[in-house]
Amino acid sequence: MMITSTRVTGIAAAAAIAVGATLSMSTAVAADDKVLEEGKKLSFSRKDGNCLACHVIEGGEAAGNIGPPLMQMKLRFPDKAVLRAQIADASVRNAETSMPLFGKYGILSDSDLDKVVEYIHSL
Amino acid sequence: MKHLSGKLLLLSVVAAVAVAAQASAEKASPERDREVFENRYKERFPDVAKEEYVNGIYAIDPVGRESWEAIEEFPPYELFIDDGVVMWETPFANGKTYKDCFPDGPGIAHKYPYWDKEQGMVMTLPLALNQCREKHGEKPLKYKKGSINNILSYIASESRGQVTNVVIPEDDPRALEAYEKGKKFYYTRRGQLNFACANCHVQNPGMKIRSEMLSPALGHTTHWPVYRSKWGTVGTLHRRFTGCNKQVRAKPFKAQGEEYRNLEYFLTYMSNGLTLNGPGARK
Repeated sequence: MMITSTRVTGIAAAAAIAVGATLSMSTAVAADDKVLEEGKKLSFSRKDGNCLACHVIEGGEAAGNIGPPLMQMKLRFPDKAVLRAQIADASVRNAETSMPLFGKYGILSDSDLDKVVEYIHSL
Repeated sequence: MKHLSGKLLLLSVVAAVAVAAQASAEKASPERDREVFENRYKERFPDVAKEEYVNGIYAIDPVGRESWEAIEEFPPYELFIDDGVVMWETPFANGKTYKDCFPDGPGIAHKYPYWDKEQGMVMTLPLALNQCREKHGEKPLKYKKGSINNILSYIASESRGQVTNVVIPEDDPRALEAYEKGKKFYYTRRGQLNFACANCHVQNPGMKIRSEMLSPALGHTTHWPVYRSKWGTVGTLHRRFTGCNKQVRAKPFKAQGEEYRNLEYFLTYMSNGLTLNGPGARK
């Protein structure tokens, strides 16, 4: 009895884990989509990221050209943290940069910066 | 012999020091600054003649130039010039006119800004106009918007063809100090967006922010006041400075305060040799 009971519990637990995993996976996907969408909105907005002021982004209108087009970002920034650091304070890598220091000068909040990084990294 | 060679050595050291001092003085001089400034644009836009820069952005933007030339056929600043004529000629309450303060007027825009040794400050045309008014018991005009632009438009139109020739007198070290302060302002980053004037107009002229092309700083001062479509009226150079500072999310300085006057002194000096062609019309 003990064995059976343990087995049943084990199966139930396994099932629960599987269901839980599926659930959390779908939540994660939904959250990612939402983050990307919000990141895009922030990146295109003139008062927030305004990345389009200087960078061409696919799907963005009236883009400037002071900075390079934002594409193939995973190739250019395999490490997302490096991209985040660049957006947060571009003066570290280039003191003469024309890029605003989005993190350092609080142009974007930390959580908005995260969303922008997610979106830009997806390009 | 030994003594003589010692003397020679000393002499040559003195000479070398003098030459070095002269070289470094030349290197730091406003004239040297101006040459470097001008050459930057020459290198960047080798096909654009120097005198073209009086046309601002339209010197380097052929597409924008077409609509600008169409606008200039019926200049939007003409009515302001007409109102300025009336201002120039209408006596103050005490019977005097602007002419009493500016006997060489109205074509006097090329004489500004200048170093006013007596007052120990950079004198600009708008400030001189208001000092004239106050001397004759009139209220000063506002420095960014309003009727100051009428009389400035008239003076600008009468000054067309004169040549920018800002002088930094050597007999008063405060003049060079004012110039240096203006220069420092121009290259200092400010505001949350962290831009110096030079980031856009020296580093990136011809590049685009969104769909707006950045104008070259060379020639920036030749055509004020300007009718700006965005404003729907004519405005002063210091109004434009204010707008630029706001755009980078910096707190603007006071129009005709020391900061902007020194900035005007430096920036106008950079355009020495360029012909005045105000008032202007811009997007």
